[in-house]
Amino acid sequence: MDDLTLSERLRQRGVSRRGFMKFCAATASMMALPPILIPKIAAALEQARRPSVIWLSFQECTGCTESLTRSHAPTLEGLIFDHISLDYHHTLQAAAGDAAEHAREEAMKKHHGEYLLVVDGSIPLGENGNFSAIAGISNLEMLKEVAEGAAAIVSVGTCAAYGGLPMAKPNPTGAVSVEEIIKDKPIVNVPGCPPIPTVITGVLAHFLTFGGLPELDHLKRPKVFFGQNIHDRCYRRPFYERGQFAETFDDEGARKGWCLFKLGCKGPTTYNACATARWNEGTSWPVESGHGCIGCSEPNFWDAGGFYRALSLPHTDVGETILTAGAAGIAVGAAAAVLNRKNKSDAVKNRETITIKDLEKES
Amino acid sequence: MSGLDAIDVRVEGPGSLGTDNVLPLLHEIRHALQRLASTGEPTTIDLSSIPFAPQDRKQLFEILGEGEVEARVDAFGPSTVRETAFPGVWLVQHLNPHREELSALIEIARLPALLLTPEADVEESAAALGARLTA
Repeated sequence: MDDLTLSERLRQRGVSRRGFMKFCAATASMMALPPILIPKIAAALEQARRPSVIWLSFQECTGCTESLTRSHAPTLEGLIFDHISLDYHHTLQAAAGDAAEHAREEAMKKHHGEYLLVVDGSIPLGENGNFSAIAGISNLEMLKEVAEGAAAIVSVGTCAAYGGLPMAKPNPTGAVSVEEIIKDKPIVNVPGCPPIPTVITGVLAHFLTFGGLPELDHLKRPKVFFGQNIHDRCYRRPFYERGQFAETFDDEGARKGWCLFKLGCKGPTTYNACATARWNEGTSWPVESGHGCIGCSEPNFWDAGGFYRALSLPHTDVGETILTAGAAGIAVGAAAAVLNRKNKSDAVKNRETITIKDLEKES
Repeated sequence: MSGLDAIDVRVEGPGSLGTDNVLPLLHEIRHALQRLASTGEPTTIDLSSIPFAPQDRKQLFEILGEGEVEARVDAFGPSTVRETAFPGVWLVQHLNPHREELSALIEIARLPALLLTPEADVEESAAALGARLTA
């Protein structure tokens, strides 16, 4: 059974050759590759063998696993997910305790140097790494042990990729990302809170299809999904160009679907595939439902100065500048992005910790 | 009558939230048609890779209209293949067995690839019919 190629496995399930071609077309679409590559994908998937995957969950909320497993079935994601040999995932597997850890050790031994390690959640370094442990093994220790024999590591979710929510100030557990610890393995970051399911499986499909990791950007994100910012791929971009902005969530501009920049949309500084991959079975995505992007695939997004604050506005009158110069388009967009990046880093630097007592005082 | 009826909700008509996203795609299709006519080279455009508003796709389909040919393929869920009012421009929509969209493509071709019988199927078909006749 384990020796079957993906196409053989699909054929066994009654999927015809036309069905396989359709699967390849959808896979190309999911991997954000141009349709011209469909025959190449088909040729590669004809031969693709079942890779072993070990999935480790550390300081996380399980949202990343939920994102993947709650997708509708039977889906393309499901078929690809079925094809990998998921040898360890303590949230999903039936085995627990010693039996689960034994499965992990077996997979590590059997596929040493070949398995793919998927991690969700950040790793606490405080108190000698003892803030979080599985089966008596600290997250830090388990990560180092499993990473040693991995062919590559996929950090799924913003927590594993950049520290995420556990690392938000004041970072009580001393949380860090995977790449802060593992320096000698190829790592691909698939950030998002949670990441888009098709992007997670798109990276797995890439590994399955081409036997390696996709091309990455400077933050180790796959360029095919994170190569362009939300703003540049947003269907509301023409409103930005025309200087048409929603000023509140219930004004004329909001009803007409105008640009959400002034309501705090982080689209110009956020790189992700939401605008085309969409959410909930392709139904919609945050901006389409009327809410600005919160920048969840960027490092430190929790400490970036507030989801509803247009990052440019507190320091300079960028809103007005953009309204006047809306027609200048991309140049203004780029300038706003640079300014926003600066403001974002200032916000991260200057953010004050608010305690429960402070909140009670304000209310 | 529920309390919700008292809320004044205005429903925007189609096209009222129009963006400028459809026109560039129509030009891309026009260029692909010219290429098909001059060199025979087909083009496939993945609609899910284009940042469309919901009304954009509707508007695109309205402009492209309906042509003479429509086919349905049942393979790993239903797929529909429909020629538009512009011959050589096809809309191909792939659904999974739950009728949820897997991908939507515009193919600029004489015949979309999905409709061609795979070579291996032809060989197996000949063998299967031969076996049937000798049984």
